[in-house]
Amino acid sequence: MSVSLPRSAVLGGSLAVVAALALSACGAAPDDASTTADGKSATTATSAADFGGMDKLVEAAKKEGKLNAIALPRDWANYGALIDGFQKKYGIKIEVENPDGSSQDEINAVTSRKGQDRAPDVLDLGSSFAISAAQQDLLAPYKVEAYDDIPAAQKDAQARWYNDYGGYISIGCDAKRVKECPTTFEDLLDPQYKGQVALNGNPTKSGSAFGGVYAASLANGGSFDDIQPGLDFFAELKKNGNYTPVESTPATVEKGETPISIDWDYLNAGYAEQFKSKGVDWKVAVPTDGQFSQYYSQAINKDAPHPAAARLWQEYLYSAEGQNLWLKGYARPALMPAMERAGTLDKTAAALLPEVSGTPAFPSEEQQNKAKTVLAEGWAKAVSG
Amino acid sequence: MTAALTRADAAPVASSKRRRRAPGWLAVLPLLVFTAVAFGLPAVAILNGAFTVKDPASGTTSYTTENLTTSLQGAYLTALLGSVKLSAVSAALGALLGLPLAQAVVTSRFPALREAVLTASGVLANFGGVPLAFAFVATLGNAGVLTRHLGLADTGWDLYSFWGLVLVYLYFLIPLMVLTITPALDGLRTQWREAAQNNGATAVQYWRHVALPVLLPSLLGGLVLLFGSAFAAYATAAAMVGSSVPLVTLQIADAISGNVLVGQENVALALSLDMVLVAGLVMAVYLPLQRRSARWLA
Repeated sequence: MSVSLPRSAVLGGSLAVVAALALSACGAAPDDASTTADGKSATTATSAADFGGMDKLVEAAKKEGKLNAIALPRDWANYGALIDGFQKKYGIKIEVENPDGSSQDEINAVTSRKGQDRAPDVLDLGSSFAISAAQQDLLAPYKVEAYDDIPAAQKDAQARWYNDYGGYISIGCDAKRVKECPTTFEDLLDPQYKGQVALNGNPTKSGSAFGGVYAASLANGGSFDDIQPGLDFFAELKKNGNYTPVESTPATVEKGETPISIDWDYLNAGYAEQFKSKGVDWKVAVPTDGQFSQYYSQAINKDAPHPAAARLWQEYLYSAEGQNLWLKGYARPALMPAMERAGTLDKTAAALLPEVSGTPAFPSEEQQNKAKTVLAEGWAKAVSG
Repeated sequence: MTAALTRADAAPVASSKRRRRAPGWLAVLPLLVFTAVAFGLPAVAILNGAFTVKDPASGTTSYTTENLTTSLQGAYLTALLGSVKLSAVSAALGALLGLPLAQAVVTSRFPALREAVLTASGVLANFGGVPLAFAFVATLGNAGVLTRHLGLADTGWDLYSFWGLVLVYLYFLIPLMVLTITPALDGLRTQWREAAQNNGATAVQYWRHVALPVLLPSLLGGLVLLFGSAFAAYATAAAMVGSSVPLVTLQIADAISGNVLVGQENVALALSLDMVLVAGLVMAVYLPLQRRSARWLA
């Protein structure tokens, strides 16, 4: 008996213990990878020109031969094709650590492994994490060649981060299990969807679920300043029995656990394609009453162990080739308007995107923070019980 | 006479004990070092982090009780209380159901049954996490086999609720109770029962006045263990109910690794500290009682 007692205490704190260890993990600095090209340090290069042009950048990156990425799932916004494309084109190996990790995991990896050659080179962050990381001086400023084409509202003036791809909150629906697919948030309250409406995570943790609540708020008289109507909406869904707390994943979608899933349109559209062969007829609609879009941000670790490869990866992502690969994964790349003008956009892929009306608007950082506070306080109350 | 005898007895025993004690302490040293490194250091890190705030703009840190206050308010408090409630209910049920099961097995005339049950308990007590959650989802979830065949959905059955979670926890808590209580049940001497019967006691009276008082500390010990197991459980709940049942372990995970809330790591550490305190309080009830049981069941 007495043996198992400390064990229960250890179990009790083990989560935090693991985290504490990860946070305080001390790092040796074995690395000297900050290669130089033409006397300039790759670590401080702020554009391809600093290397002496793209060719020199490619050369320096090839010399490093490796890129550490983190939290890039292969089935998310076509990242699999992007990774393969980059590896094939430049012969640089990409290692993706913790593919299903979160933005906070990425930041933790950067801070806890500072100076190690295992630290991530490049980051794909939720926008508030990008801003916070820039404030903490964790990101390297770098202007990709297409930097000027990125809309002003979607980039940091110092080029420490810029939006990469995004999408709209959409309603995915298993047309074989659901008689009539819902296309608005209002539809979701219909009693016929009992126990069928899912989010893809906990909105205090998952960015897309957070977006789902925000969109529901917009659909119910809320605004960027006021997310409460969204919470009320989900409380009502919970009360009338339509809400299912199962967090939708490809597996739950395929098995029919989550016949209706509120998620980014690029993920839902990706499921539709993925499941066609398995007999699941997955329909995707961007709700007409609550449109909410959000973009992720791309950034380079200031202490990237492979600084040149990290910069080349950015150039690849913001080339027409990279942007069109995201588009093929149903995500809307940041350069989409510019590419449309320049005629480099993959029109067939663009035509496959779920339709939306109007132009996207984004809540400010301040509005988002306020919404998050309200959400963190109110979410459990809205759906628990 | 007796006094002299005892004194004569006591002397050599004491000296031999003294001789054995010194190397005994040396032998336990590696364990102590290990505990200090594997448990002490993280505990200090939690304590330190729980009282620290870092200013995101300037990067300076300062000591404050802010995190702790936050961790005892609003949604965090709800989650902490939710965890305590869930653990208490499932531990109590686990103990209530585990005890008769263990008693039946211990008094059974078939040794093979006893072996089988104990082995199975050993396996099941360690069956948890995501596999367990998915086993239940596939059986009793919204689209689960039993849910569909028995039409459970119409009866208001919902696996993804507080009671659903209790049911899933019992799956590993009852075997755990059987494992912990069996040695104590073995310690109940048949002579005690016979003596009670010879004096005209009924079975109820025997249990009420003899067996249960002797078992009580072990029962409480089992209860504490079950409570701790349920209190610390994370993966099962995370995979099954998400945020719909407020639990402190899930809140810690949200705060420490998420895509939404920025800079909540130290609140997570404060929450862990709360958990350690709760676990400590529960154990404080048990420890004095354990000494009493040792007297009877040695």
